[in-house]
Amino acid sequence: MIVVNQLFTGISFGSLLLLIALGLTLIFGQMNVINMAQGELFMFGAYTVYVLQLFMTSAGLSLFLALPVAFVVSGLIGLAMEVLLIRRLYERPLDTLLVTWGVALVLQQLARNIFGATNKQTSAPEWLTGAVTVGEFSFPASRLFILALALGSVVVLSLTFKFTPLGRRIRAVVQNRRLAATSGIPTSRVDRTTFFIGCGLAGIAGVALTLLGAIGPTMGQSYIVDAFLVVVVGGIGQLKGTVIMAFAIGMASALIEYQVGPSLAKVLVFIGIVIFLQWRPQGLFSQQTRSLA
Amino acid sequence: MNATLEKIKTHPLLGKLQANPYLGRLFRPGPIRTFSGFLAGGVLLFLVAPVVLSQFRLELLGKYLAFAIVASGIGLAWGRGGLLTLGQGVFFGIGAYAMAMHLKLSQTPEGQLPDFMQLYGEVEKLPGYWVPFQYAWFAIPAIVIFPALIAYLLGAMIFRRGVRGAYFAILSQALAAALAIFIVGQQGTTGGTNGLTNLNNFFGYDLDDPVNRKMVYFIIAGILLGVIAITRQLMFSRYGELLVATRDAYQRVRFLGYNPARVLTVAFAVSAAMAGLGGAAFVSIVGAINPASIDVVPSIAFIIGVAVGGRSTLLGPVLGAVGVAWFGTAASEAYPDSWQYIQGGMFILVVAFLPGGLATLPAAFRAIKGKWDDRKPPEIPSMGSGAIQEASA
Repeated sequence: MIVVNQLFTGISFGSLLLLIALGLTLIFGQMNVINMAQGELFMFGAYTVYVLQLFMTSAGLSLFLALPVAFVVSGLIGLAMEVLLIRRLYERPLDTLLVTWGVALVLQQLARNIFGATNKQTSAPEWLTGAVTVGEFSFPASRLFILALALGSVVVLSLTFKFTPLGRRIRAVVQNRRLAATSGIPTSRVDRTTFFIGCGLAGIAGVALTLLGAIGPTMGQSYIVDAFLVVVVGGIGQLKGTVIMAFAIGMASALIEYQVGPSLAKVLVFIGIVIFLQWRPQGLFSQQTRSLA
Repeated sequence: MNATLEKIKTHPLLGKLQANPYLGRLFRPGPIRTFSGFLAGGVLLFLVAPVVLSQFRLELLGKYLAFAIVASGIGLAWGRGGLLTLGQGVFFGIGAYAMAMHLKLSQTPEGQLPDFMQLYGEVEKLPGYWVPFQYAWFAIPAIVIFPALIAYLLGAMIFRRGVRGAYFAILSQALAAALAIFIVGQQGTTGGTNGLTNLNNFFGYDLDDPVNRKMVYFIIAGILLGVIAITRQLMFSRYGELLVATRDAYQRVRFLGYNPARVLTVAFAVSAAMAGLGGAAFVSIVGAINPASIDVVPSIAFIIGVAVGGRSTLLGPVLGAVGVAWFGTAASEAYPDSWQYIQGGMFILVVAFLPGGLATLPAAFRAIKGKWDDRKPPEIPSMGSGAIQEASA
């Protein structure tokens, strides 16, 4: 009984990690950019719900409206970042990490100045506040909704990659940028599109989080480190690896937390990841190339 | 660098100095310049600063010097080795807590529990891992050895498998997050969020007395000079060249028969030891430590000073750390709301547009003046020619 509950908590945490890590791994995989500001884009996604609810009273409608709006808002902030800054740094992946961290600091303070330093509450639609009962177990509907949202995003993304022209272009650039460019694919436009999608996904994750708790200027920081770990152990740019490892880390955290408490759990998960990297230094899945390093 | 020397020789004023056999040698890299540099630093820290600055400002400077000790190590690992370590807070924290535990125990009467343990009442007697820290002979080496050991083990494990670059940065950051959460969680024995506070007994000297706090400042200044000397010796040694080579051409170093993993592990361990020293210095001058000063955010904040000063130079990280910390205090006193904008802006401007830091500003100006169309930022200097000259001498 308790184990099932803990597993569900783990899956729920994993689905949030997945939503954040999806965008990170897309951007990292294609452009070698480590976007530390992803957590802040996530925060702006959450604030979108808050702003929409200032204008409309229906919580359900605002939630569904917030999903596309947050996607566009976060995506546009990301796009501005790419065009103004990141484009200059494609040769220096480690420096993108520091520059986007700077952007993150600025965005945090911006949120503090616009919305205030105190946490804001949003209201969830009624049908998401209850619980779904299966046999003797009951699962919070909001967490099931987040799980569905995460899995839905994965399905949409993988279908896009597989069947659309855009997806083909993205895959081509990821696999061999130079060859893609020679074949007439506008790589820098593809980069911008990927950046937009990756950052937009963070916005959707932010909308999902409003169902679980209050939103504040530093909320992005609490998930970003774990989401990066998911990207590292899943294999950079690997959708499949990211999905598997997000749920694996989520469930491992929940089960270990149940055994030894949350403070030791972080340390144990970290040690587990270092040991895992002994076995798979490039992450669970990695692209096979003949290049060194 | 040789071009610079050439410029100095033809310069109307500097050229005359250069011609002067005694003065000219000051400007050339070598033992005389090094000696005079350390002399100048010593005079500045030990004679000028205590006279010019008030007691309050001097103690603040002591705190900045503690950050500079950390920065010197980051300069070695990141600037020279390409290891972007976002988890220096971990090693800073281990050094700081080792020192703080010793100071706490030394001011607690025999047979009693430290004040905060009595307050939380979670433990009946002193936890086992606290016991050895009551002895200075254990606590003082621990400040350096524990961080170095942990960095060595972690580095040996992950570098051996070729994990580096962004993966390493993310792992080191996760380590910082894990340690901070761990310390917060163990409130009964670590002080939790409040940390260890009210440390006022520094090896028998009462820290409430300003004179003793001035003494702590002098000790920190001495440690900083020592750390700079060690960094300098490492940078300009054969090992230092190997480190730069590992940063710039990892596979080639491997093919030449060196083990790049070992080179990186040593750099990581040395920088961790320096961070530990910095942490101990910080605790001694501030009198408190808490998890918020060793978490993810302060760990990245260590980087900014190094980046501003010039990551791959010897003095850049040190001056940058002191300068940014000083500027940070001044700016947050004057405009508390906008400090975060300034800090973020510094990250963006310096890293994106001046990656070599202020140390390369003159070169950057020349590059911009020289050719407008080539907008590429100046290269990070891979090695001062001084290094080559000294190593071959």
